[in-house]
Amino acid sequence: MSSLQGKSAVVTGGSRGLGRALGVALARAGARVVLVARQGEPLRAAVAEINAAGGEAHAVVADVADKHAATALAGQAAALVGPVDILINNASTLGPVPLRLLLDTDCEDLERALAVNLVGPFRLTKAIAGSMVLRGAGTVVNVTSDAGREPYPAWGAYGASKAALEQLGRIWAAELDGTGVRILSVDPGEMDTQMHAEAMPEADRTQLADPAQVAAKIVAELGEAN
Amino acid sequence: MRPARSYPKRRDDVRLLVMDPRLPPGRGLLETRTTELATFLAPGDLLVVNDAATLPASLGGTDGEGRAVEARLIAARDDQRFAAVLFGAGDWRQRTEDRPPPPALPVGAALSFGAGGELRARVVAQSPLSPRLVDLEFAAHGDALWAALYAIGRPVQYSYLAHDLPLWAVQTVYAARPWSFEMPSAGRPLSWELLLALRRQGVRWAALTHAAGLSATGDPALDAALPLPERYHIPAATVRAVGEARARGGRVVAVGTTVVRALEGAALTNGGVLRAGAGETDLRITPAFRPRLVDGVLSGVHAATESHFQLLAAFAGPPLLEAAAGHAERAGFLTHELGDSMLVLPGALEASGERTARLVR
Repeated sequence: MSSLQGKSAVVTGGSRGLGRALGVALARAGARVVLVARQGEPLRAAVAEINAAGGEAHAVVADVADKHAATALAGQAAALVGPVDILINNASTLGPVPLRLLLDTDCEDLERALAVNLVGPFRLTKAIAGSMVLRGAGTVVNVTSDAGREPYPAWGAYGASKAALEQLGRIWAAELDGTGVRILSVDPGEMDTQMHAEAMPEADRTQLADPAQVAAKIVAELGEAN
Repeated sequence: MRPARSYPKRRDDVRLLVMDPRLPPGRGLLETRTTELATFLAPGDLLVVNDAATLPASLGGTDGEGRAVEARLIAARDDQRFAAVLFGAGDWRQRTEDRPPPPALPVGAALSFGAGGELRARVVAQSPLSPRLVDLEFAAHGDALWAALYAIGRPVQYSYLAHDLPLWAVQTVYAARPWSFEMPSAGRPLSWELLLALRRQGVRWAALTHAAGLSATGDPALDAALPLPERYHIPAATVRAVGEARARGGRVVAVGTTVVRALEGAALTNGGVLRAGAGETDLRITPAFRPRLVDGVLSGVHAATESHFQLLAAFAGPPLLEAAAGHAERAGFLTHELGDSMLVLPGALEASGERTARLVR
C-alpha cells in the first residue's frame, strides 16, 4: 500500500499544468485531494477526471492572493478531507505576458506577482501548518523556479517572488526544525504547460518535460518521505 | 467585569490570573501575563488543546415569504444536516435576548441564505426544547455546501464586540477541522512561540477535536439547556499522552471547557477509562464534579454567573474561585472570547518559585 494512502493533500493552481498533474498523481497514490484554483469550470473538470478514475478529489474555488481566502480555504479543505497532511503551494503568476523589463514593469504587476507567488503561500501555510505541528507530521511543498536564482532579463517580478518564496521556505524549515513538519522547495524545471507557452511561445515543446512525469516524481518522493 | 470589545494586539499577551488550589485562598492567587505561562508548568506536564477550527456559523437569509431569518449553526448531524438556532430580523449588534423571534417555521418550511438566496434549506425537525432550535437540511452537499457555508457564513459573535470579526480572528493557531460553531477560545492566547517554548522545557502537548456549540441564544429555555450534547474525537496519540503523563506524575492541563468535557465525558462513558475514538458528550461540569483525568484548566475569564465560571469551581474550589473573581473584578480583567485568561493548576505557584514572586502585584 502506498504511504500516501488516506493522506489528505491540498494543491493550489490545481486546474491545469503541474497542479492538475499533481492532483492526478496524488489521488492515484491513494491520497484524498483538494484542488484549488480561481476558475471553477476547469477546476471541476480536473476534479471530475480524478473521481472518474476512482480517486477522491474535491474542488475549492479561491484566489490565493485574496487575503480573506486562506482561512476559508483551509477550513473547507479540512472539512472535506480531514486535517491536511500535504500542502503544495503550486499556484503562481507570471504577470502580464509578454514579459517586460523591470523599467517597464508596472508596480501593480510586481505587487500581484508577490501576492500570488509569495504572500498567498505564506498565508496558506500559516493557516494549515499549525495543525501539522500539533500532530507532529506534515509536508509543505513550495513550487519554485530557477528564475528565483538566475537573473533572467524580463523575469523580474516572477523571479523576485520565487527567490523570496525559496528564502521563506528556508526560514520556515529552520523555525519548524524538530517538529516533524517538513518544508520543501521543488524546482520542477521547464515543462510543457500553458504558462510556459505564454512566457516563451517560441520554445521547442519537444524539449520540455511532461508535467505528468514531473508530478509523478514529486509524488514518489513525497511517498518515500511520508 | 467588562467584555473585551476587540482582539488584543498580540494574541499571546493578555492578563493571566493563576490559581493554585493547593495553597490557601489568600496565597493561591497571582496575576501575571500569558507570555509567562511556561513559568507555571513543569517538565512532564501535558497540555491538551481543542484543535477544532471555527466555522462561520451565522447564516443570514429569509423564509419562503421573504421574512428575515438568521440561523446560527450549533451542531452537525450529517453531510447535509445541521442543528441551528433561529433568530428573527437583526444581527449580532443587538443582544440575543432583544432579538425578535423568527417567524413560525414548522417542519417542512423552506429557507434560503445568502444575498441571492443561493443556499437553500428546509426545516426537517424541531426540538421540544424550543421551536427556535431546529434541524436544517441543506439542498447542497459536499464541495458545494462547504463552499456556500464559507461564502455566506460569518463568525457567530455577540453585541459586546465593537466590530465584525473576520474569520481568521476566531481561529486558534493550530486549527484543523471546522467542527466548532464558536471559537474554542481558551486556546486563543496560545502562540507558536509559547507552545514551542513549553515543549523545549519538557511540557508535552496533545490534541482532540471537540465541536464547541453556542454559548448563548437569548431564548431562556434554550440557554438553560446549554451546552447541548457536543461531538468529539480523541486520537489514540492523545490517549497515550494522557496515560503517560499521569503515570509519571505529570499534570494534565485542559485548554478550555471543551477539552474537559471531551476527556472527562469520554472517560465516564467507558467506566473511567479513556479510549480513542469519536463520541458525543452531554456532561455538565458543576462545582461538585470530581475530575478523574484533568488536573488543571486554562480558561478565558467569565462572569461569576456563567456556567464556564462554575466549571472552574470543580478545579479551584469555591473559596479560591471567589477570591479570584474578586481580584479579576477589581483589577478590571476583560471577559469573553477575546479577553484575558485564567489558569487553575494545583502546584502552579509552588513550582514556579522566585520567578513568580517577582510577578505578584
